[in-house]
Amino acid sequence: MRLALSNKIILYLLLTLSAVILFLPILFAFFMSFMGSQDALLGKILPSHWTLENYEEAFRRLPLLRFLFNSVLISLMIMIGQLIFSSLAAYAFVFLKFKGRETLFFLFVATMMIPFEASIIPNFQTIKALNLIDTYPGLALPFLATAFGTFLLRQTFKQIPIELREASEIAGKGHFKFYLTVVLPIAKSSLVTLGIYSFLSAWNMYLWPLLSTTNDQVRTVQIGLKELQSQEQVNQWGVVMAGAMVVAIPTLILLFIGQKKLQKGLAEGALK
Amino acid sequence: MITEEVMPLNYTEPIEFGKAKRKQRRKILLKGLLFLAPSIILFSIFVFYPMIRTIYLSFFLTNQAGATTVYVGLQNYMDIFTSPIFLKSLKSTFLFVLYTLPGTIILSLFLAVIANEKLKGIDFFRMIFSSSMGVSVAAASVFWMFLFHPSIGFINRGLAALGIAKIGWLTDPHWALLSVSISTIWMNIGFTFLILLGGLQSIDSHLYESAAIDGAGYFYKLRRITLPMLSPTLFFVMTVSVINAFQTFGQIDMLTKGGPSNETNLIVYGIYREAFVNYQYGSASAEAIILFIIILIMTLVQFKVGERKVHYQ
Amino acid sequence: MKQVEMIDISKSYDKQTNVLNDINLSINKGEFFVLVGPSGCGKSTLLRMVAGLEEITSGLLTINGEPANHLPPKERKLSMVFQNYALYPHLTVEQNILFGLDVKKVNKEERKRRLKETAEMIGLTDLLKRKPKELSGGQRQRVALARSVVSRAPLCLMDEPLSNLDAKLRAQMRIEIRRLQRQLGLTMIYVTHDQVEAMTMGDRIMVLNEGKVQQVGKPITLYNEPANTFVASFIGSPKMNLGQAELLAEGKQLIVEDKLQFQLSAQDRIHLPPHQKTTIGIRAEHLYPAANHEATHHLEVAGVEHLGNETLIVFEGIGDQLWSAKWSGQWMVSPGDVVPVSISVENFCFFDAENGRLIKPAYKGQSQEVVAQ
Repeated sequence: MRLALSNKIILYLLLTLSAVILFLPILFAFFMSFMGSQDALLGKILPSHWTLENYEEAFRRLPLLRFLFNSVLISLMIMIGQLIFSSLAAYAFVFLKFKGRETLFFLFVATMMIPFEASIIPNFQTIKALNLIDTYPGLALPFLATAFGTFLLRQTFKQIPIELREASEIAGKGHFKFYLTVVLPIAKSSLVTLGIYSFLSAWNMYLWPLLSTTNDQVRTVQIGLKELQSQEQVNQWGVVMAGAMVVAIPTLILLFIGQKKLQKGLAEGALK
Repeated sequence: MITEEVMPLNYTEPIEFGKAKRKQRRKILLKGLLFLAPSIILFSIFVFYPMIRTIYLSFFLTNQAGATTVYVGLQNYMDIFTSPIFLKSLKSTFLFVLYTLPGTIILSLFLAVIANEKLKGIDFFRMIFSSSMGVSVAAASVFWMFLFHPSIGFINRGLAALGIAKIGWLTDPHWALLSVSISTIWMNIGFTFLILLGGLQSIDSHLYESAAIDGAGYFYKLRRITLPMLSPTLFFVMTVSVINAFQTFGQIDMLTKGGPSNETNLIVYGIYREAFVNYQYGSASAEAIILFIIILIMTLVQFKVGERKVHYQ
Repeated sequence: MKQVEMIDISKSYDKQTNVLNDINLSINKGEFFVLVGPSGCGKSTLLRMVAGLEEITSGLLTINGEPANHLPPKERKLSMVFQNYALYPHLTVEQNILFGLDVKKVNKEERKRRLKETAEMIGLTDLLKRKPKELSGGQRQRVALARSVVSRAPLCLMDEPLSNLDAKLRAQMRIEIRRLQRQLGLTMIYVTHDQVEAMTMGDRIMVLNEGKVQQVGKPITLYNEPANTFVASFIGSPKMNLGQAELLAEGKQLIVEDKLQFQLSAQDRIHLPPHQKTTIGIRAEHLYPAANHEATHHLEVAGVEHLGNETLIVFEGIGDQLWSAKWSGQWMVSPGDVVPVSISVENFCFFDAENGRLIKPAYKGQSQEVVAQ
């Protein structure tokens, strides 16, 4: 569609205005994380001189590196688990026809209706009973299976012509080999989408890490930020903002890289 | 009919094809279960069992360690429904949904529509608009906590410049829930925008071209093509937003801790406090069941209503 | 030696209605066998049953003389080419061709040798490193063929392999597939809905309609002696002209569609079936152009198609039927003209008026000998 120049200008104005308003909270925080405490108190927007001392202070007060490491590890665990398990399940729902498949599919749908928050008490007890409090598996296990991911991949797998399966069958390739050597490579783009999405969600988890960790060894960066914030004394906003930046920048970068894929993939997966 | 003659073959041993067929079916069934096993096992342990266990717990009193002590039947339910705190948290939650849902949808839709045009640099704007999806609840709460800060926060300072007195955004009972809602809308926009943009881009461009040939104007196209074709996506993001609103926890814990005077004590935060601060697993479970029922009804209602009103391609 | 044999094969999905009914058939080693029929007649289902991709509801299937109903596809020693080619989009041409071989435990040297040989045979040598999406439709078709050839399976199944190609390429690939099949001595079962493909490629053809075998035989037999009116109108282009015929005047006169009268000679009467009412069929090339004095009938032209070397004329006014004639050369006639033609009873096929089955084929022989000068 071609747009008239006047419309273009209006559109650019709207876009810019929206972008500024929307990005302002992040921008404020970003600048504040580089300013001295005096500037913050005076309510400056831009630092009068740029300094890294807030970051130094944040890393001094809390084992932020440790937290970052924990977050990366747990998010990777959840991401890989979700990719493997949901692609396996989606494969069964598309390429394996057996009695009872519809019932099992309904079971997957049902899990979407049960919010994790409503079943958090027994989950906490289970993890505690398994002695998994303050461990990585305890943090990741409840999230390794995902109905949403299964539906998203099922949608993609359905678009693979069934003749590919039949040709492999005639060539004598079993289901697992077909899954591994044909389905996964063809669905690469959807797997990346789901991967980004699960990593983001896992990184941003709050309630579960809060409950299932009690010490800094396994704590995630989100809970670290909560600690930092609750220790907050007057004049120390810069330090808290530095911590928030450390938490937000990795996922922001990931989002910016994967934005296009997410936007296409999520819309497709969500709607069918 | 001219069909060539077929010599009947004699096989000394009749082969049990039925048996072979059944064996093959069993093999496929076994494979299917094998592929599904990891998910099913995990769902059983972390979704279905906890659900049933929660129902069970809601009929009991528990001790400090969370073990059941006395069976009390529906007493927990009667207690929570006479508890002013729980009733207030229900009310707050519904208000919270009411505040966040329209704002999130309308703003995201607006952003998606203006970001759907093919313009130079549009990718940059799309990035900015989706950015809040990459910001965790904890980080976003910190940003907003500062913006809401009574003395040095930018909102109050902006108001001061206009000659309006300071407002205790997060500490004044009149404003706290609204403030939390505003920050939540900001946090939700990224995801909702992304989904809606994806929905907009999957609309067949021929529709717009043929409308353009008919001389349709911008708003006509928006009303007659974009919104109807987008309705499945809109319906989806509405469902997700409602469910998310009912599950809100992080920003409450970070921004207000349920206060002031329980104004922002949303249901999940209430459950958390009842279970992990007061160690009342029984009544917390009863509250969780109520939450589950509300979400279930919301989903089903949206589904029923949506089915009729939504235009599917 | 029989390669594939079917005895009373039936297929049903719901245990009530059969999509295939009592198919009896045997296919010889090295034979090019074509399954042809309109869409939905069950031909693809039958092929997929041979491949092992569909279950056989009842009856016996043997491959190489061994019962095969229960065998999984990989144990049937066959290869298959699909309508959409079923190429793996993420693999190169080379990897696509070799895809099945690692399962068959073919060693590396042998694989290389076969790849080279096959690629040369099919003309893919320069394309081995490309991905399917960088290939044209015809090239993709070749890759699918190569994959089938490289497996060295003695039996090859093809499911409408040419239907996604344009007409010119299709004609070329028909010849190539046929050449390959001969060269490698493959047994081929080839499914198509296109009767031209069936006629030009098949050693033998099976015509299938609504799940039932209509006729099995050589292409020329199907053309000259169609087993019923379905085959008569399905095989050949244009289709055989059909009309209701009745014997009158104590068997001395035949009248077609109450319109065309034929005086029967003594010789005609010897060959004619005794039935009072029949359906007759005559091929378009047997409606000859005639000078006025030679004409047996005058027919009104409804439409003309000029093909350059020949002219296709459609006549109307023969009851409700439209008859077509194919005349060599270029004929300047227009719709509405009344044209003299010569039609002879000796070219009539006679079908049962009730069930459409062939009673008697045309008694005038069709084939001509080429006489070397």
